[in-house]
Amino acid sequence: MGQAEFHFLLVGLKWTVILSAAGFAFGGVAGLFVALARTSGFPALERTMAAYIAFFQGTPLLMQLFVVYYGLALIGIRLEAWVSVSIGLTLHASAYLGEIWRGSIEAVPSGQREAAEALSLRYVARMKDVILPQALRISLPATIGFLVQLIKGTSLAAIVGFTELTRAGNIISNQIFEPLTVFGVVGVLYFVICCPLSIIGAQMEKKFAASGR
Amino acid sequence: MRAPEPASAEPIIVMEHVEKWYGTFKALYDINLAVLKGERIVLCGPSGSGKSTLIRCINHLETYEKGEIRVDGVLLGNRTVAIDAVRREVGMVFQQFNLFPHMTILQNCTLAPMRSLGLKKAAAEDRARRLLDRVKVLEQAEKYPAQLSGGQQQRVAIARALCMQPKVMLFDEPTSALDPEMVKEVLDTMIGLAEDGMTMICVTHEMGFARQVADRVIFMAGGAIVEEAPPQEFFTAPSHERTKKFLGEILP
Amino acid sequence: MDYKLDFSPVIAGMPSLLLGCLGTLTLAICGMALGMLIGVGGVFLRDSSFKPFRWLVIGFVEIIRNTPFLVQIFFIYFALPFAGIRLNPTPTAIVALGVNGGAYAIEIIRGGINSIARGQTEAGLALGLHKAEVFRFIILKPALRAIFPSLTSQFILLTLSTSIASAISAYELTSVSQRIESESFRSFEVYFTDTFFYLIISWMIMRLFALISARLLSYPVK
Repeated sequence: MGQAEFHFLLVGLKWTVILSAAGFAFGGVAGLFVALARTSGFPALERTMAAYIAFFQGTPLLMQLFVVYYGLALIGIRLEAWVSVSIGLTLHASAYLGEIWRGSIEAVPSGQREAAEALSLRYVARMKDVILPQALRISLPATIGFLVQLIKGTSLAAIVGFTELTRAGNIISNQIFEPLTVFGVVGVLYFVICCPLSIIGAQMEKKFAASGR
Repeated sequence: MRAPEPASAEPIIVMEHVEKWYGTFKALYDINLAVLKGERIVLCGPSGSGKSTLIRCINHLETYEKGEIRVDGVLLGNRTVAIDAVRREVGMVFQQFNLFPHMTILQNCTLAPMRSLGLKKAAAEDRARRLLDRVKVLEQAEKYPAQLSGGQQQRVAIARALCMQPKVMLFDEPTSALDPEMVKEVLDTMIGLAEDGMTMICVTHEMGFARQVADRVIFMAGGAIVEEAPPQEFFTAPSHERTKKFLGEILP
Repeated sequence: MDYKLDFSPVIAGMPSLLLGCLGTLTLAICGMALGMLIGVGGVFLRDSSFKPFRWLVIGFVEIIRNTPFLVQIFFIYFALPFAGIRLNPTPTAIVALGVNGGAYAIEIIRGGINSIARGQTEAGLALGLHKAEVFRFIILKPALRAIFPSLTSQFILLTLSTSIASAISAYELTSVSQRIESESFRSFEVYFTDTFFYLIISWMIMRLFALISARLLSYPVK
């Protein structure tokens, strides 16, 4: 594998990072609303969100990307593949992050909510200043764990036909007939991004477990 | 108060020059101890003084670096056979009960007799029921540990150890994890056992128990045996400063 | 919007779609079984006193957990022939699923064993039981109970990632669907239908695990 091929992989890597960042950022915003709706105390809203989450956690990410990709085209919205994939990843991330953060919000001791209510804090202040900062701390290891899962998930854009890192690898592999080298390098590139995140997540989990008792 | 039955002159546990390190920290200093058949010993001392470590060496839950331990004549080295033999002869009761949560009370008591002694199920159950009756929890036999109070669980733990028909019983702070109102029921069970002539080594801070049943009270500090004496003498005329200080702190 | 939904190719292809579902279930269950085997074996090696085994297992787990399954399946697909092993796509996919699931299972199982208090082992040893007996009769069930929720969600993820095996044309629902799609061009209809099949399959796997847990692993806790 020469320099030109490696450069092609790096361009693919750039798109992997962009897809991950877009999915995580937009999915994070949407996921916050999913989590808040899921813990809102309105049964109808909570049940709707539970179904939303169950749907995305019960179907393959690949299907979600397919349905968004072909579904948007179907209703006449023509988008570039990376935008369509980003939308799919956003929806996917919103469900998973929503569920992680729901758990974290519920893990904040109920005394915190009661104390905030006793201080006559309204919903927004109660959430923004009291509950969410604590929930965020609790959720960090799982959130980082999901980020790693999302980065790996962007590889499925390759099956939809978008040239990110994995598809770049596929293309190179078909050109130079060294699949083991190419996919080895592709794997290393993913590893270089994901492993530091995994380590940070594991360290946080250890730290919280130690201080939580 | 009953007069203590005389212990026989034959030692069942002999510890000679036992020393133990955790890395660079020396946990036991030159421990020499002979326990006679039928003797009842109370081990006390501040936390971290090595008393739990000492009794855990006797059934090889802890290893030791120097010295010898003999239990009923068997030299406890690192040989698996010797360790197995000793563990069958020595019962242990833990501070945290350590009942097996996924087994019924009866199964807790029959597991080891069936596995290590090769008892048939019926014989093991007979024995278990008899001993559960003795510690007054027979009616709980079909329940699971989580459904019992702490005091009941600890009495089951005693029965479970007795099911192996041990020659010696080790108690590692058996009442420290109990709510105050449950301490007495466990101590009463232990007193009953003592009265039946069981050889016992108890790590405990229950000085009333020590006064009532102990033949000897041993005080440890900093990993060494500092003082040993019959309870009468131990409580009224301790000879070491550290013992006096300790007794001053724990006695009302 | 002048497009009309047309599910007739889906209905016509229903028998093969249902067979595809069976293929997916087969991949998932075989993958889980292999994953469990690798998981238990891995834990054994991971905690052995022989240092190189430990590093090998740690390296294996980290590599698998930090690279995409799609890349792993490609790598294994091309690597097996190099190692002189010729497998069809479907068995290859099972190997890949097992390797992937196994890496996660190692961490989960270790966590479960470590979650059992040391006192349980000590109580068993003090009663004269051997190490293997302590594991078999005292540690195993509570440890399995402790890990069951995370094992369930991990194996649901494994079930869903069987769809990625379509990339090497293993026999399962997604690749069957791709065939129908490429003949009919009814992409949305086909994949939309698939999502419901997948929902049902993952629900079935979840029920299966819940049933196993209730039948074999339940006892009262505080």
